[in-house]
Amino acid sequence: MKTRTIKTKALARVEGEGKMYLKISGATVRDVKLKIIEPPRFFEALLRGRAMSEAPDITARICGICPIAYQMSAVHAIEDACGVTVDGQLRVLRRLLYCGEWIESHALHVYLLHAPDFLGYQSAWQMAQVYPDIVQRGLRIKKAGNAIISFLGGRAIHPINIRIGGFYTVPAPEAFDELVEQLIAGREAARETAHWAASLPIPDYEQEYEFVALSHPDEYPMNEGRLISNKGLNIPVQEYDTYFAEEQVAYSNALHSIIKGRGAYLTGPLARYNLNFQQLSPLAQETAHAVGLGNSCNNPFKSIIIRSIEILYAFDEALRLIGNYTKPETAALSLHPRAATGYACTEAPRGTLYHRYTLNNDGIIQDAKIVPPTSQNQKAIEQDLRSYVPQLLNMSDEELTVRCEQAIRNYDPCISCATHFLKIEIESE
Amino acid sequence: MSDGCQLSLLDCEDELLTIAGEVEIAHFLEASSMVVKGTYDLSLVEGSITTPRDIERIQQIRRASKRLVTIGACATAGGIQALRNFQDIDEYLSIVYATPHYISTLSTSTPIAQHVPVDFELQGCPINKQQLLEVIHAFLHQRKPDIPAYSVCVECKLRGTVCVMVAHGTPCLGPITHAGCGAICPAYRRGCYGCFGPQETPNMVSLSKHLSQLGVSQSGRRRVLQTFNAYAKPFRQESMSYENENNQD
Repeated sequence: MKTRTIKTKALARVEGEGKMYLKISGATVRDVKLKIIEPPRFFEALLRGRAMSEAPDITARICGICPIAYQMSAVHAIEDACGVTVDGQLRVLRRLLYCGEWIESHALHVYLLHAPDFLGYQSAWQMAQVYPDIVQRGLRIKKAGNAIISFLGGRAIHPINIRIGGFYTVPAPEAFDELVEQLIAGREAARETAHWAASLPIPDYEQEYEFVALSHPDEYPMNEGRLISNKGLNIPVQEYDTYFAEEQVAYSNALHSIIKGRGAYLTGPLARYNLNFQQLSPLAQETAHAVGLGNSCNNPFKSIIIRSIEILYAFDEALRLIGNYTKPETAALSLHPRAATGYACTEAPRGTLYHRYTLNNDGIIQDAKIVPPTSQNQKAIEQDLRSYVPQLLNMSDEELTVRCEQAIRNYDPCISCATHFLKIEIESE
Repeated sequence: MSDGCQLSLLDCEDELLTIAGEVEIAHFLEASSMVVKGTYDLSLVEGSITTPRDIERIQQIRRASKRLVTIGACATAGGIQALRNFQDIDEYLSIVYATPHYISTLSTSTPIAQHVPVDFELQGCPINKQQLLEVIHAFLHQRKPDIPAYSVCVECKLRGTVCVMVAHGTPCLGPITHAGCGAICPAYRRGCYGCFGPQETPNMVSLSKHLSQLGVSQSGRRRVLQTFNAYAKPFRQESMSYENENNQD
């Protein structure tokens, strides 16, 4: 029987360093490995002995694309340990920051990393030679997302204004005026993006998944909620470790997450959309329907459309939040450390991001655990490749590799995050 | 290491397509599948040296590059993962991984310049994208980059920010920290936390004394120096001197 091995040397257009390895025997995929070769980074170890106030700045450095997600999970988990809830306008500002991050991160992925796959280009700048207006629109959207983060956070990468309890400085409502114009234009560009993404040639492929995401009674989930799934999971985030486990595999520097007793699951835009469609704004729901999406979606290649819908939602939500904003009396609540363990999940652009910290009475971190979305999605990515590749066996190795990379990019994997967390190898016998 | 610093280039939304039009981007895997074989006129390298493979790879890059510029605190100072240099690596491995022997890593995280000659180091965690554009522009036109080596204090004065240390008694690393961020933290009423690493001539002892007078404990001072630029020489020496004093507070 003919056996093929396909290996990519280094996966492009993903964040961090990884490889893919595929072994195909006849019409059967014998082995799939997503190898994370990004060197280990030891964040959980180096957080031990640090002051709780340092956690948001330190964990931000795990990722340059989603530092807000790390800062948010960190502040919420530590506030949980201290028994404090940050509410009101400070919560509004945190949600607004998160909108900014969803916009910039999704726009980066949709336009610069993923769209070239659908249109057959190797990079966005190559694509821009043929579609300059489209790429420019993507860059404008990304810039608007970064504008929110820079305005509230001080800078777009590793923002400095986020602290436990709130912020160092909070803006006056009128300071948002300039930003609002940019966001209104962004919202329209995002609506166009959804229509454009839906017009891309999307492979016909569906899969049964266990979708996992936060869910909140009043809003599309970002900063808080219960962790739910379409297969009956419904838990407070404090029980995360009871239901989820991380496994180490020999071929990867990233740990693999599973739901205990069930295995692989999927987190990220597709999961959020499937579990929380009703919480999207009317404009986002209408647009989703107008571009041909139903209230649920099991085709991971359509994640590019769903990301566009989430960009649209994030603009809509940001404008709503700014419209209702009044300046809070204090920039930050004061917290008193105590010996306790705190937990938080927030929805990073790529999916649920879990943080857990154990503090001593002086607020020094004794133990930290961080589970990024890409670790959680690794098994689902491997399963997708296992069931998708048999449809592609008549392709050349080169073509097959391109299609597999596209399938991996459905998850917008962030490898730096997961080495605590891609290259492709395909082996045929 | 984290792809934050190369991301700065993708964050140049207004300039990205112009840059891509004027230079041939030969190897930028985060954004392009296309790889062009060297020799390269200019290589921008982020990340620190933490594995045996990194050492081989940086030597290959040096050989293939006419000019090599390192960008970001990982590349110029070892990054936050250089905290391992002060610790036992086996303990770190066992905290994160159930089966540590699967993992290949060095016991240290070191700056690129410790392994190969470097033409310019652009500091910052993260780097400033305007400074990155300036460095690219300068090297393409064969001139010296205009990157001031003075302290964040100068940037506060230029920006008209009142000194947070003098006016509010907020501990601040501004006097010892390299300019480049635009003095953001003090403008948000926060003390500088040194993410751009040491300025050219930092007076570590004097600042340490000031921080102490403002009530920052020795362990607090050690922590703030041992963060994103922990292994940069002035920060390292000062923070190690605390440990040598042997009077834990």
